[in-house]
Amino acid sequence: MRYVVAMSGGVDSSVVAGLLRDAGHEVIGVTLQLYDHGAATGRKGACCAGQDIHDARRVADRLGIPHYVIDAETRFAQAVIADFADTYAAGETPVPCVRCNQTVKFADLTALARDLGADRLATGHYVRRVDGPDGPELHRAVDPARDQSWFLFATTRDQLASCAFPLGSMPDKRAVRAVADRLGLGVAEKPDSQDICFVPAGSYMDVVGKLRPDALAPGEIVDAAGAVLGRHEGIARYTVGQGKRLGPAAQLGGQKQVVLATDPKTRRVVIGPRAAGTDVVRLREVNWLVPPPAVPLRCAVKLRARDALHPAAVVATGDGAVVRLDAPALPAPGQACVFYDGERVLGGGFICRPDGG
Amino acid sequence: MVYLDANATEPLRPEAHAALVAALAVTGNPASVHGAGRAARRLLEDAREQLATRFGAAPADVVFTSGGTEADALAIHALGRDRQLIVGATEHEAVRSAALSANVLPVDRDGVADLDALARLLEAGGPALVCLMLANNETGTLQPVAEAAALCRRHGALLHVDAVQAAGRMPVDLRSLGAHALAVSSHKLGGPAGAGALLLAPEVSALAPLIAGGGQERGRRGGTPPVATIAGFAAAAATAGDASPLAALRDRAERAAIEAGAVLCGAHAARLPNTTSLALPGVRADAQVIALDLAGVAVSAGAACSSGKVATSHVLTAMGLGPLAGQAIRVSLPWNATAADVDAFAAAYARMADRLRPALARPAA
Repeated sequence: MRYVVAMSGGVDSSVVAGLLRDAGHEVIGVTLQLYDHGAATGRKGACCAGQDIHDARRVADRLGIPHYVIDAETRFAQAVIADFADTYAAGETPVPCVRCNQTVKFADLTALARDLGADRLATGHYVRRVDGPDGPELHRAVDPARDQSWFLFATTRDQLASCAFPLGSMPDKRAVRAVADRLGLGVAEKPDSQDICFVPAGSYMDVVGKLRPDALAPGEIVDAAGAVLGRHEGIARYTVGQGKRLGPAAQLGGQKQVVLATDPKTRRVVIGPRAAGTDVVRLREVNWLVPPPAVPLRCAVKLRARDALHPAAVVATGDGAVVRLDAPALPAPGQACVFYDGERVLGGGFICRPDGG
Repeated sequence: MVYLDANATEPLRPEAHAALVAALAVTGNPASVHGAGRAARRLLEDAREQLATRFGAAPADVVFTSGGTEADALAIHALGRDRQLIVGATEHEAVRSAALSANVLPVDRDGVADLDALARLLEAGGPALVCLMLANNETGTLQPVAEAAALCRRHGALLHVDAVQAAGRMPVDLRSLGAHALAVSSHKLGGPAGAGALLLAPEVSALAPLIAGGGQERGRRGGTPPVATIAGFAAAAATAGDASPLAALRDRAERAAIEAGAVLCGAHAARLPNTTSLALPGVRADAQVIALDLAGVAVSAGAACSSGKVATSHVLTAMGLGPLAGQAIRVSLPWNATAADVDAFAAAYARMADRLRPALARPAA
């Protein structure tokens, strides 16, 4: 088979390219240049490409496979970075990795793979594609510590059909590094990537402030009744469930306070006791990997990247969904809510603000 | 592999290969007093005379550099001092990045510089250094350099000509052009990479160096010259000179591409015989280059950054081609191109266009 491998220059996608080549496939390495690395790190005159792109090319050289760098700067700036700032400004908490997967990676790269006559697009994500009776299914990775299925919920069934995730069945990261070492890829010891790729230095608030200064305008910290308890330096610094940056209001009446909501119109941050919460979560931009359920579907949902599963029932509503949690929780608008049946991802969507915004 | 990217680098000519290998056997630094030094110096000065004759300058007015980029940078830094800079809109990065605060001389839809605009700029400003290339690297478009030189001389301006793509493919003569400086590069005319030269008119010949070093090249460029590379450069230049026999092959490649849906950029200008710029509407240039590479045909697009990504062409943008500027590839035939190469290109291009053109609806990234 002919594979296009999305190579980031890190150990995971390098190992994917190596494994597929060793299995006798024709492998084409592709690296996306997503943003101007020189500008992002604030280094004048630095190349637009970071070290990772050079690492990816060297890995491809060692594997003896062709490798290409694709300019995705404009697309990434619109679909991911601008969306990141806009989401904060709308009083929500973005997940840029999901947006990137949804647009630049899976939409554009599967199209490129098709254009290049490839059978599959392979990535270094820790998820499994399982071919079931009704077509390809998305499953959690074997290694729960590495599982990235939450970040990939928006992959459509069509995209899934042209994707491969060879690392999903690896027992753990050590095994992946061992393969990199065995293949002599030169990246076996590279540290895992951290945080948000397009803010490699400094604060991501600088990025938000540059694009949406309104999201960093000062405002009031209030309780649910509207009583002013303090001041803040921009709603973008707050996410639902957060207990930090509340100043003296962090403890009220012996109770630890957390953010319950942010309001872009009044620029208010609303706080209350952690025990507060909601059991109804409305979702938008829902992607179903099973037929959309018309009657409530029992499943477990994950409201944050690193969060426990919540038992719930989900029902489809147009291009959205309504989730009824068995026990109240503090879902953060803008984050993803992903539905699981055991290991399998059934679908997911983005959490709406309770006021419907 | 079918290699159609001569404007990136030409295949080494056998004459250059022979001269290079022979000169590698000579031990000696041309600056040394002894016999070994004299032997190396002789090679260097023979090469200087050959190149001076070839490109219309006095041997004393030829400064060897590491390549075309350095020759451009040396000319602009030395001759542009205390002068306003006027730079053609489609110049190579070697010129653009050395002339950051320049007035831009616009070009027409075929990439030809607007000489009326040049006259206005020269009349409006003080003493100027004008940079105008002889032939464009992406489209092959020829500039009216002799006319520009006459205009410059009337206004007391200096003219630097980047002749990197023209040299070895068409007659290039500094004196008859009437320019003040002219940059050429070894590997763009079939010599080894690593050498170039700046040819100067006598009145500006004593210029200040970028790198002073040990005062080599009459104080105009420090550092021990790569004698063997320069010997190969001179041998290539002596052999190269006329690419016009390639025009028929180039036209054939163009016709085949146009048949498959391509739009020819710079169609109405006088062009280098080996170069063509072909836009495929709606299809990203990088996808075209990758698809052709996977089919065994080497071409290029736009300006390749050191990362290897393909950026939108500033040349085609300056020509007013809009989105097509991100959808064009450059096909440049090397001196040894054959009809079979062109046939292979035509077949690969047709297959590529057939597969990629339905992807029109894809969002351009």
